[in-house]
Amino acid sequence: MGFGDYMLFIVGAVLVNNILLAQFLGNCPFLGVSKRMDTATGMSMAVVFVITLAGACTWLVQYYILIPFNIEYLQTIFFILVIASLVQLVEIIMQKTVPGLYRALGIYLPLITTNCAVLGVAIINIQKEFDFVQMLVFSFASAVGYGLALCLFAGIRERFALARIPKVFEGTALGLVTAGFMSLAFSGFAGLVGH
Amino acid sequence: MSLMKEFTKGFWELLPPFRLVLGLCPTLAVTTSAENGLGMGLATAFVLACSNMLISALRKIIPSKVRIAAFIVVVATFVVVVELTMQAYFYALYVKLGIFIPLIVVNCIPLGRAEAFASSNGVLASGADGLGIGLGFAISLFSLGTIREIFGAGTFWGVHVMWSGYEPMAFLLKAPGAFVCLGLMLAAINLISARQAKRKLEAARLAAAQA
Repeated sequence: MGFGDYMLFIVGAVLVNNILLAQFLGNCPFLGVSKRMDTATGMSMAVVFVITLAGACTWLVQYYILIPFNIEYLQTIFFILVIASLVQLVEIIMQKTVPGLYRALGIYLPLITTNCAVLGVAIINIQKEFDFVQMLVFSFASAVGYGLALCLFAGIRERFALARIPKVFEGTALGLVTAGFMSLAFSGFAGLVGH
Repeated sequence: MSLMKEFTKGFWELLPPFRLVLGLCPTLAVTTSAENGLGMGLATAFVLACSNMLISALRKIIPSKVRIAAFIVVVATFVVVVELTMQAYFYALYVKLGIFIPLIVVNCIPLGRAEAFASSNGVLASGADGLGIGLGFAISLFSLGTIREIFGAGTFWGVHVMWSGYEPMAFLLKAPGAFVCLGLMLAAINLISARQAKRKLEAARLAAAQA
């Protein structure tokens, strides 16, 4: 792949096939932590960090453990264990070495284990048979797309506080409808990359 | 009698994903047809019922510090069972649901029920709870899939049901339609429960007035 191909690849992963709005991964924290801008940015940064790291680790596990030993059918169990222990490890290391960053991202880390975007991206990396560099680029770009959607959504949701909302739509219901329109807007990017 | 109560609460009181707002990803992603929705729902129900029973049986052995990791391993085991079974007997459905079958592991419903119910209740009660909530989830996914399939493609279970001149609303089958449709359904359910609560309150007031 040349440089131009990588650019298209990144635009595709961030905007066109946004993991949150087009592939429906990681919707629970999307609706959960998007009520305020600062929590949304914190969560986005934690997600970018963990998805890239987890993508690399699960890729190595797949090609250096699961395939040589012919135990690909245990992929799901291995991957979720790798992700869970990785998140725990990152939490401990961060707490000791970069306490500032830990204070900013720490509370989001435990939530990330059950964010299906992490396991989802790890599985997509394997399904699409990416090599190591493609995998890193795809994981990072997908996570950035997730963060982008999350922050934009939080910005919209902060305005809800000032609006008069019908009682039955309060909370998640209106959040979902709004996400639908955001998804519609994002699907407009499909013209950027021809596929 | 209480077993029955644990079983039926999943159908309305804790109906996922509406009352218990968990497990949104598969709800949004696979409900493009009634068949996909039902398949996903039943797969989740199986995992949920089995993992709830096993976790409840092991609840005195699992140390509370590592319980989340232990729960994840139990859930992941049953997910692999479902994955391999579906690969063997329902291959077409397996391909259609794709990545969302392994992702049942991180569907928050099994973990949520393990934490909230199975880790402090008996095996039978946990089984009833898991089966009830799981079937509730299957019913929700089936209804959402039915609505999206009928209006979005004009078919039900692959058979044409709308009149011949009907122009399908393809929007509903696309990603934005999933969000909007689920949001509207949630609002409808909020409306029904608000009405119910009001009626109950009025009945109580009436009873109090009579007494």
